[in-house]
Amino acid sequence: MTELNSALEHPTYNYKVVRQFAVMTVVWGIVGMLVGVWIAAQLAWPALNFDLPWTSFGRLRPLHTNAVIFAFGGSALFATSYYVVQRTCQVRLISDKLAAFTFWGWQAVIVLAAITLPLGYTSSKEYAELEWPIDILIAVVWVSYAIVFFGTIARRNTSHIYVANWFYGGFILTVAVLHILNSLAVPVDMTKSYSIYAGTVDAMMQWWYGHNAVGFFLTAGFLGMMYYFVPKQAERPVYSYRLSIVHFWALIAVYIWAGPHHLHYTALPDWAQSLGMVMSIILLAPSWGGMINGMMTLSGAWHKLRTDPILRFLVVSLSFYGMSTFEGPMMSIKTVNALSHYTDWTIGHVHSGALGWVAMISIGSTYHLIPILFGKEKMYSIDLINVHFWMSTIGTVLYIASMWVNGIMQGLMWRAYNQDGTLTYTFVESVVASHPGYIVRVAGGAIFFAGMLVMAYNLYMTARRDASEDQPASAAATAA
Amino acid sequence: MDINDLRGLSTLFLMISFIGLCIWAYSGKRRKTFDEAAQLPFADEEMNQRTMREDVRND
Ligand code: HEM
Ligand code: HEM
Repeated sequence: MTELNSALEHPTYNYKVVRQFAVMTVVWGIVGMLVGVWIAAQLAWPALNFDLPWTSFGRLRPLHTNAVIFAFGGSALFATSYYVVQRTCQVRLISDKLAAFTFWGWQAVIVLAAITLPLGYTSSKEYAELEWPIDILIAVVWVSYAIVFFGTIARRNTSHIYVANWFYGGFILTVAVLHILNSLAVPVDMTKSYSIYAGTVDAMMQWWYGHNAVGFFLTAGFLGMMYYFVPKQAERPVYSYRLSIVHFWALIAVYIWAGPHHLHYTALPDWAQSLGMVMSIILLAPSWGGMINGMMTLSGAWHKLRTDPILRFLVVSLSFYGMSTFEGPMMSIKTVNALSHYTDWTIGHVHSGALGWVAMISIGSTYHLIPILFGKEKMYSIDLINVHFWMSTIGTVLYIASMWVNGIMQGLMWRAYNQDGTLTYTFVESVVASHPGYIVRVAGGAIFFAGMLVMAYNLYMTARRDASEDQPASAAATAA
Repeated sequence: MDINDLRGLSTLFLMISFIGLCIWAYSGKRRKTFDEAAQLPFADEEMNQRTMREDVRND
């Protein structure tokens, strides 16, 4: 009874579930990027398929996308959202048990994905490949996540709901709707189902889902991260709180409409394509509004960038966010898309968002969190964070630059005609011409991946409980 | 009046909502609330400290 009373008078946060997700962020980051490097190497040297069905490109590619987006990115989002919602609402998660369920449930989903995708079980919908029993598990875990998150907000001890929680909340709610509607299917047996959508409607549903997976999973959630960790690491409040409110509503209102830019020049009605294009161009405004808000938070504190590699991770991630959200609207213009579609340009765009924005902001936020979660003053080695920062930056630049070159070259080669109307180049000539770019990408990816190993070592050394370092709580104070 | 008029009007509706949102967010009345809200990330050190202390004790 006394224990209960003291818990009521001296409430604490649930850092256990945050710690678990933070560690798994690093683990799944390593796994997902290793598969990424492997498939990148397959595109350069196809023999690395090993002539086995389980290790063929077509099966490993969805394994890569699921592992990096949902396992790595997902774990980072769970960890930071549980952390941020507690700290800014000044209240513990409403249920430790349900939170633990979301952790184990999500890990189960990932393990099932890692087993079924190489075996070839797939619904063949991009970013929603998992078969229906796993889809149901995802839905259950996600609804539990929503209950924990919104339940915690409902019990908050602050009058205002901090803006980061709006972004996390928008992300959680929208992903629930997207996942459930897009995955509706008729099961045939345990491992096979058919989507209830067909033809053009199927395509539209798929890219309504697919684009908002980008907009809400890969963007809104991570913007939530930005609105907490950038101010926290820079030790100053966000540049403009009012702008953050306009940012939130404008972003979610526009993103939902942009999906058709994935379906230019298809059977989708022309007006829908044009609508998608216009909305995508408008999307530049809220995206850059958010980026500027994050960047300007540092005004007056720019000097901190010289000494703080964590802050550097966060700020460079914002630059890549700005870059990819400039590139995206440009690629949405139909005439530009006629060149970029089906080429490596798209892949470069994806990874300037994925490596530069999503991975870098997750890595920066995780470095901020780890010492706090393990009761330490700071990371074991700041120098290693700096090394990791440069590896990530160089890796990303090599990756996207090689894909730009490849993409534009492919687009130009495919559309080159001779005077008599025949094609100037065969397809395979464009593949041969792309080979050097693929090798540069393997190098960039390998450097980025190796950076994750540096991070894992730093995490291990920080978490290690060696008695001499074991600090009584007050010493750890400065960490947060 | 047909469905296309409604489609056109929806653009107008969105525009008005957006302008309304900006006026709401930037009105002087809310300055104080928002300034306070912006400080929320820095307002809970005590509970964070306590959690870190208890976590070290427990595991
Ligand atoms: C070491 C780092 C990485 C490497 C080497 C890598 C490599 C690759 C390769 C080779 C592909 C297939 C491209 C193709 O089909 O032509 C791919 C696709 C993809 N990757 Fe990565 N990747 C890495 C990290 C990431 C991360 C961190 C994310 C997300 C957070 C990500 C998201 C994606 C997505 C969404 C696709 C599918 C793109 C599309 O369909 O247009 N990747 N990656
Ligand atoms: C204003 C923001 C953005 C716009 C308007 C936009 C637009 C586009 C366009 C036009 C494509 C090419 C579609 C095609 O030709 O098939 C594309 C592909 C893609 N973008 Fe973006 N983009 C934006 C931001 C981002 C960000 C920040 C990320 C990641 C974090 C991202 C991830 C992706 C992915 C994963 C694909 C490949 C989808 C696929 O084909 O599998 N985008 N985007």
